Amino acid sequence: MKIAARLLDWVDARFPLTTVWREHLAEYYAPKNFNFWYYFGSLAMLVLVIQIVTGIFLTMNYKPDARFAFASVEYIMRDVDYGWLIRYMHSTGASMFFVVVYLHMMRGLLYGSYQKPRELIWYLGMAIYLCLMAEAFFGYLLPWGQMSYWGAQVIVSLVDAISPPLALWIRGDYVIADATLNRFFAFHVIALPLVLLVLVFLHIVALHQVGSNNPDGIEIKEKKDPQTGIPLDGIPFHPYYTVKDIMGVVGFLIVYFGIIFFMPEMGGYFLEENNFIPADPLKTPPHIAPVWYFTPFYAILRAIPQKQLGVAAMGLAVVIFFLLPWLDRGLVKSIRYRGTIYKTALGLFVAAFLVLGYMGTQDPSLWYVNPVSRVCAVVYFGFFLLMPFYSRLDKTKPVPERVTG
Amino acid sequence: MMTSESWKKRAVRWAGLVAMVLVLPSAWSNPAGVKLDRAPINPADMASLQRGAQHFMNYCLTCHSAQYARFDLLLSLGLTEDQIKKNLILTDAKMADYMTVVLNPKDAKNWFGVPPPDLSVEARVRGADWLYTYLRSFYRDEHREGGWNNLVFRGVAMPNVLWELQGEQELEPGAGATPGDHHAGKLVLAKPGTLSPKDYDQFVADLVNYLVFLAEPARETRIHIGYGVMIFLALAFVVTRALKKEYWKDVH
Repeated sequence: MKIAARLLDWVDARFPLTTVWREHLAEYYAPKNFNFWYYFGSLAMLVLVIQIVTGIFLTMNYKPDARFAFASVEYIMRDVDYGWLIRYMHSTGASMFFVVVYLHMMRGLLYGSYQKPRELIWYLGMAIYLCLMAEAFFGYLLPWGQMSYWGAQVIVSLVDAISPPLALWIRGDYVIADATLNRFFAFHVIALPLVLLVLVFLHIVALHQVGSNNPDGIEIKEKKDPQTGIPLDGIPFHPYYTVKDIMGVVGFLIVYFGIIFFMPEMGGYFLEENNFIPADPLKTPPHIAPVWYFTPFYAILRAIPQKQLGVAAMGLAVVIFFLLPWLDRGLVKSIRYRGTIYKTALGLFVAAFLVLGYMGTQDPSLWYVNPVSRVCAVVYFGFFLLMPFYSRLDKTKPVPERVTG
Repeated sequence: MMTSESWKKRAVRWAGLVAMVLVLPSAWSNPAGVKLDRAPINPADMASLQRGAQHFMNYCLTCHSAQYARFDLLLSLGLTEDQIKKNLILTDAKMADYMTVVLNPKDAKNWFGVPPPDLSVEARVRGADWLYTYLRSFYRDEHREGGWNNLVFRGVAMPNVLWELQGEQELEPGAGATPGDHHAGKLVLAKPGTLSPKDYDQFVADLVNYLVFLAEPARETRIHIGYGVMIFLALAFVVTRALKKEYWKDVH
């Protein structure tokens, strides 16, 4: 015991180990009223770790070469011991990353977590989301199947619509080719993961500076125990939220491994059927759909007949989330104390987002796909652009002094 | 009685669950619009898989490769190395060799218009039901160069290589069908083959069973391990939930 204490002293004199432990876990006070929506932040970090670890093992057998890439994935699936498990963990992890991040963002919308003083947390989170989209896009080319190839072709052609030299620079060739695969591999396995890790670190540093929001949208730091200086509605993150998050992790793993072991393709949504056909630059598949997590934005792109405008709308649909702290003029944070107008607007937005996501998976030659997408796109942008008006008009309810549990 | 606050908490929780369910899959539709028959396959039926492997080696592997699979894969179907070497490897390939074909892709392209696709993962592209229906839906069509057409895959390049077994089907136009209306018709057996229709269906089912195995050899292992993992996680959930409750009982 004595040796351990002396060792700790030795470390503390050279590294702020005990300080970090206290400030960020044992004496980091989080609101005691977190609900279901508050699991997804820690789960996103769990998935990030899973993706990095499984990614390392995949890299040991994957070959980033247009001639061998597809075969090397099949080699992993067949000849590498438990290669199939590692690959399914990675492919399912990619989709689950987006499930978790979308729910995490939804939490922000529900409880106004982007509002003052948490604007920087929101911006950093949005930067993580953009980074994650790029990471997923680059990674999706690597199996070198038909959807990998043609999906990349479609996305790079969007760049081409804006600036052909830029598209050429990204591809490194006039079509998606071996050069493209090599650089996408580099981006996917080293460049973007590094950026992601730095951004996640900054996201948490910013969070711990101001402290977490909560389902009531009340600042717990405003009501402290006069003697101890501890927020009255705060509880130490460790052990309370560590044990709670461990339970959340197990709950998540049930869903995650349920998919991996019993439905790894998830009916074609996590692993598309056509991606089991090797990439063929001469054969365009009749229906190219991106993976589900991009489909809301893809539906907006297709809904607009003019290509450059479509690309602009799609880009705007993603980055418009950055403006939320500024667009929201509401007097309260949490949905619990907002009025009917905001609740209706948020409900319509969520419905539009989900319908757009569905439409983005459907063949655009079906008569309803583009008209419905257009209506939903109007609702989608309306939610943001009209927010300064309706959030101010909204009749809010009085916010309680203390959290309501 | 439930307070309005706890009702709201429940509603918010349910909204989260609904959002998760909405990303669940919808049914995979068949682009040609033909109703697919459900493939009567059982991935645990070793005898069926062994027959399917035999059919595959005899009828498919002459033109189609399965270049991501090795012959020693067949060991997991309960066959011995001797049996495989004697009955299933029809070339001088070794056990650890990939299932490739000697057919030159250039020749194949000249003969069929397209090189026959590799079948390693074909069942994951098409699905078992599609394959099962497709292999039973060839019919005689004098308008086609090779003399064959298929209800599920219109204008298919592959001739019906199983015609000796199945016999020859013809497309009988359905009531009210306009000429050229491909899907309104019904297939009838014009010339019987060496197998009865029932035996032929079984033949195709065995073959499809094997193709599904070939596409993902780890499938059975995966599901088997999956049950164990689920039981472990369910227990872990009970334990971690109890732990959480224990820690949280003094938080009000």
